[in-house]
This record gives sequence, C-alpha cells and structure tokens, in this order.
Amino acid sequence: MPGASSWSFREEDYKAITEHMNGLLRETNVKSLMLVDRNGQVVANVGEPPQFDPQAFASLTAADFSANDQLAKMIGEHEFASLFHQGEKESMYLADVARRVILVALFDSRTTLGLVRLKFKGTVEILTRVFEDMFNRSGTQNTKVEGFGTKEAEDEIDKLFGD
Amino acid sequence: MSMINYASREINCKLVYYGPGLGGKTTNLEHVYGKVQPNTRGKLISLATETERTLFFDFLPVDLGTIRGFKTRFHLYTVPGQVYYNASRKLILKGVDGIVFVADSQVERMEANIESMQNLYDNMAEYGYDLTRLPFVIQYNKRDLPNASPVKDLQASLNPGWPMTNPDRQKVTADPNWSGEYLVWQLSTGEWVERAPTYEGVAITGDGVFETLKAVSKLVLKSLG
Repeated sequence: MPGASSWSFREEDYKAITEHMNGLLRETNVKSLMLVDRNGQVVANVGEPPQFDPQAFASLTAADFSANDQLAKMIGEHEFASLFHQGEKESMYLADVARRVILVALFDSRTTLGLVRLKFKGTVEILTRVFEDMFNRSGTQNTKVEGFGTKEAEDEIDKLFGD
Repeated sequence: MSMINYASREINCKLVYYGPGLGGKTTNLEHVYGKVQPNTRGKLISLATETERTLFFDFLPVDLGTIRGFKTRFHLYTVPGQVYYNASRKLILKGVDGIVFVADSQVERMEANIESMQNLYDNMAEYGYDLTRLPFVIQYNKRDLPNASPVKDLQASLNPGWPMTNPDRQKVTADPNWSGEYLVWQLSTGEWVERAPTYEGVAITGDGVFETLKAVSKLVLKSLG
C-alpha cells in the first residue's frame, strides 16, 4: 500500500448513522453526540450544536484515543475500547466503533454515566455493523472521487492554485 | 486517509509537516494561520510544552476551495521534532495523505535533518506506507541565515532520489523550481530515478510557505482522481 487508503460515505449512509445517533440521544438525554474518524475528521454531529470548533475537537479526540491505545498496549491490553473524562459540570464518554471511528457523548448532570455507558453498548454494536457493511461495500483502498481525474478537474485544481 | 463525504460534498485530507526539532514546522502553520481568511480556517491548536516546544502536535484546518463541487478541507498537522517524542510523532502520521518535510538549512543541523528523514521513512514503513509513492515535498527552510548549506548539498544528503519503476511515469521531467535539475530522470545505467519537489523557505517571514502548501495540496488532490 503506497499510503493511507481513503474512505467515503454516501447520503444514505449518513442518514442511517444519524438516525441511530438520534435514537441514542433520546435514550440517554446527553447534550450532544459526535462521530469522529480516527484521523480526526468530523463524520456526524447530533444534539445541541457545539459551542467550540468541531474540527479542533475532532482532531484532539482522535489524538486522545490514539495516545490511550498506545498506553493500553504498554500495560498489556489490546486497546481501551472506551474512555471517560469527568468534569465538574460537563463530562465526555468516548467509545470505539469498528476500529475506524469514535462515538463521543457530551453530557451534564441531566443524565448519568451509568445510563450513557449502558445505552452506548447497543448503539456501538449497531454502528459497528453499519460501518463494516459500508467498508465492505465500498472498499477502503484508493477511493477515487467522482469527477476527479478528468481534464475538467485537473483544470479546476490548476486554477485553484493559480497555475 | 482522505475522507470523502458525499452527503455534504466535502473532501477532508491530512497533511503532516515533518522534520527536525526547531526546523520551522510550527512557524509554517502559524504563517498560514495568520495569512488565510479567517472564514476559511479553523482554530490553530498547539499541544506544546511551557517553552513552546511541540509536545504532541499542532493542528490547523484550512479550506482550500471547491473542486468538482466538493469543498476541499485540509487538516495541517505538525509533529514534535525532538528525537525522544517518536511515539507521538508516529501517531500523527497515521492516515496521512501528504507530507511536507521541513529541513533546517543550517550546516550544523545537517545531521539532525538526516536523522529525521530516516525516522520519517522508518515510521511510514511501519504503517506500510511508501513515502516514495505518496504526495511528498521538501522545504529547505531558513535560507536567509548566513550558515545555510548550499541547496545542492541538502539535495545530495536529503533528496538524492529513489528508483522509479512505474513505466507510465518514466519520462524526463524538469524541476520547475531549479533550472537544469530534474524531478524524474534516467541514469546512464538505464535506471529511472525520481525525487521530491523542493522549495526554499524562510518560514518566519512567510517566504515559500504557501508555495510549499500549494504544491503538496495539489499533489494530494490530483491523487484522488
């Protein structure tokens, strides 16, 4: 493999993912849920709109998970499948999905960690299946973007960079 | 690993600035942050020590424009250059779409450059990535300093070229940045060689920063076709 493979998702994938996330949001009463890929990119977001830069949040979440993965290996664990960060008012619960994405819940005293953890389990299982189907269907190797590779696309790229 | 979102018609790509400590990687990002329109970039995140040395990474998302109706968003990362932070440096490379190696031109830093370049090859190989087949450019930074090595010395040590075996690309290609030099050429023994495009920079004043970013971004976008 020359480099990292790409992955893509379509409108219907996005719809299915956000439906499951909205279901979890209702069941747990968390403020918001965010799905972030392991490389730090935002995949989906439901609930209260974040009051922070979601991209910065996503990159830090991915780094947090990666760093903890390495810590897990150091102590002889394969991984930490979930992480919990407790704040005075706001807390975060993070769980791995299909080894490719991370589901993050932001919550306050309107719910409890126990409920979040309990309900996460089912949704993580469902989302894992959704993502595995998606990866199996589309493949993740060298995804090409529709319309790229054409003369028009090359011209647009050149124009974008002022060449 | 680029992520293509057909629902929102967005392409997200990851660029990593690599190189020896104090070479100017963070300065590159700071210049980009300061110069692009605020509505086309996000926050610059720095996980640094109290003495402003990068501990984990710096991160800056930038929107470069629209191609074929897709909004192209680039996530710019730097790695910590200091040798003993290799564990975190390696993590940042995961899923990379394009690499900028920021070399420190100062004569005294030649060894550090070589060590960092070797470390880049090693870390990429551990993920199964082949640096020679990925969008990859080199910036020779700090060209304004009196103790800067000549570019030809830097090229000889850091960018001598690698065997190019793809027959479709075996054609002599002049280096647009250096007259008389080539990016792809054939040796007298018949083998084809390729090397990374290079740019001179003075990151602290911004010279060469956007040329470098444009070059690597363009290679990444073209690789998606």
